[in-house]
Amino acid sequence: MAAIKTKDLTIKYGAFTAVDHVDLSVEEGEIFGFLGPNGSGKTTIIKALCGLLKPAEGTGLVLGYDCATQAAEIRQRVGYMSQNFSLYQDLTVNENMEFYAGVYGLHGKYFKRRMDEAIALTHLEPYLERRAGRLSGGWKQRLALACAFIHEPRLMFLDEPTAGIDPVARRDLWDLLFQLSGQGVTFFVTTHYMDEAERCGRVGYIYLSKLIAFGTPDQLKGLPEVSPAGTKRIEIITTQTSNAFLLMKSRPYVRSSTIFGQAIHLLMDEQVSLDQVKKDLLDGGFGKTELRPIVPSLEDVFVTLTNALKEEV
Amino acid sequence: MERDDRDRTRTHPLTGMIPVLRKEAIHIRRDPMALFFTVLIPVLQMFMIGFAINTNVRNMPTAVYDGARTQESRRLLNRFINTDDFEITSYVDSETRLNEEIIAGRAKVGIKIPPDYSRRLLAGDTASILILVDGSESSVAGEALNVANAIALRESIERAMSVSAVRQTLPVEVRPKVLFNPDSRSANFLIPGMLAVLIQIMTVMLTALAIVRERERGTLEQLYMTPVRPLGLMIGKIIPYAVVAFGELGLMLVFMRWFFKVPIQGNILLLLLLTIPFIVTMLGLGLLISTRAQSQQEAMQAAFGTMMPSIFLSGYIFPINTMPKFFQIISGLIPTTYLIDIFRAIILRGAGFSSLWKQTLILSVMGIILITVSSIRFRKKTG
Ligand SMILES: Nc1ncnc2c1ncn2[C@@H]1O[C@H](COP(=O)(O)OP(=O)(O)OP(=O)(O)O)[C@@H](O)[C@H]1O
Ligand SMILES: [Mg+2]
Repeated sequence: MAAIKTKDLTIKYGAFTAVDHVDLSVEEGEIFGFLGPNGSGKTTIIKALCGLLKPAEGTGLVLGYDCATQAAEIRQRVGYMSQNFSLYQDLTVNENMEFYAGVYGLHGKYFKRRMDEAIALTHLEPYLERRAGRLSGGWKQRLALACAFIHEPRLMFLDEPTAGIDPVARRDLWDLLFQLSGQGVTFFVTTHYMDEAERCGRVGYIYLSKLIAFGTPDQLKGLPEVSPAGTKRIEIITTQTSNAFLLMKSRPYVRSSTIFGQAIHLLMDEQVSLDQVKKDLLDGGFGKTELRPIVPSLEDVFVTLTNALKEEV
Repeated sequence: MERDDRDRTRTHPLTGMIPVLRKEAIHIRRDPMALFFTVLIPVLQMFMIGFAINTNVRNMPTAVYDGARTQESRRLLNRFINTDDFEITSYVDSETRLNEEIIAGRAKVGIKIPPDYSRRLLAGDTASILILVDGSESSVAGEALNVANAIALRESIERAMSVSAVRQTLPVEVRPKVLFNPDSRSANFLIPGMLAVLIQIMTVMLTALAIVRERERGTLEQLYMTPVRPLGLMIGKIIPYAVVAFGELGLMLVFMRWFFKVPIQGNILLLLLLTIPFIVTMLGLGLLISTRAQSQQEAMQAAFGTMMPSIFLSGYIFPINTMPKFFQIISGLIPTTYLIDIFRAIILRGAGFSSLWKQTLILSVMGIILITVSSIRFRKKTG
């Protein structure tokens, strides 16, 4: 059984459609990464799946329960970590965890066991008596995760859990997710980070309220829309990225180009050879360049799909 | 296995109440300054208003025109001096001067004893004295007239008795102060009303803020995603603040009784008991505000907005029976009106439940309506 399955899920705020006929399915035990620009509808979908917003159209099944009518059943069984840190800053780490444990109706031996497990998993032991407001960003997120996980949910919605925390803390948090995932917990994670998306089992990309890509990272990279017939992708490494980028953009055989640090990724006509490109760069005054064919990155995928849609409009 | 147990636990309407209650109690304890000020400010307000009332009616500067200058007129003036309410600041020699003293603001009260005062008294006629009162300060006006009337009454009775009988003093002491009189504004009259209003400010504000704060910080959204039910959340949040409100009421009653010396004629337990429906109503009002207000600022403004009618139309300051009909109807819709009724009845008149059941019933109905409405609004938001 799929942990989440939506069909034509549509959610409106008044006349504005925030989620437009979205079909999704998330398998049990997988980590599903949900990406999309700001305001594309990620948070809205999560709220709807937890029963906080009523779908205007379509259906959403979460752990087999209908999100429109069985919100109470769903809430009892899923964990939710909201986009903004939303624990009680004036309560200690321990008090926050106890509060959520209480709210989920944990008591007696089970309560104690879960508290111990959550503390052990998140390594929050040394901070138990500290006020949540005085924790650093990474530890706050760990606490939020511990609270969202205290009732042993089978499915967790994490809305940008790694926003604004440092790379090490980010990696630690993901290690935690994998550990839980290994225990069979399903994750629905939104993020703006491509490296995180690459680590997900499957990813979805939502743009202007519509789900425009859905599949494993490799499937997405192989999408025909991403690599249209008669095109190829190459990477140019140079120290003068911005100037070389401008030059390349003006070449007729270049379909699209993006800068990644010291690299430029080109989507270009297949029949034009790498030597031709190298020559153009040399003529433009860029002598020291390295060229090589590449497979598209997830970012390439999303940029290409987004641009294609922009052209349509 | 334990997990299955949990899956089988059904939620009930009060789900989440206890943890929310406990958490709210921690919030209150964690912020001792906020608690201190919440408790202190109404007490301070009570002192400020209480003192203002007292100084107004004590030692009113008084000008005297004694046209008679006899033993009898001096005896009457001494009565005025002895009350503490009047302090004779000047003696003048004409009625015109008496008027001028008041117009110039040097005196709030003028006493004119006519030249024929003693003559008429001795002849057995009615001797009238004139009391001029500065009406621009109505609290002075009411008090001065009451006290003057009482003095005149006492003087009359004593005279009447002394003429007809052997005794020079009255067997019963008539105190020259009217304890319960809706047209005057003695401390006794104002302080019970003030208690009601201060309790209202506190409860409405605390509950409204407690929920709006969670909305502002995003913790409410997180709570919505848990099995907490709206009623459990609301009641869990209400109880700690109700306890604080009751503590505050007790504290203010202590100050009222032992500092402002307003005796409590009736049963204090009855008073506390009959306050419960009012507090429930006010907590409901606070919740209702919190379902609308988006920020703490908005919640504060709304809470103050509800205060205005409660101060001016509840009979706290202006007697209801002198209001235009329209405002009388409005005042009947304000919960505070009924609590002030109850407070005054118990504190000043020693009334029992048999004469207060109507107010209690009305407050209970209002409480149930408000809590239900805010619950429904709350649930709509929760989805
Ligand atoms: N309560 C609301 N009323 C009206 N419009 C809303 C409401 N909440 C969100 N929106 C709009 O719906 C759209 C989708 O918002 P949503 O929060 O789901 O985006 P998101 O993908 O989570 O963005 P972000 O990456 O910034 O978190 C946005 O255009 C937003 O302005
Ligand atoms: Mg969002």
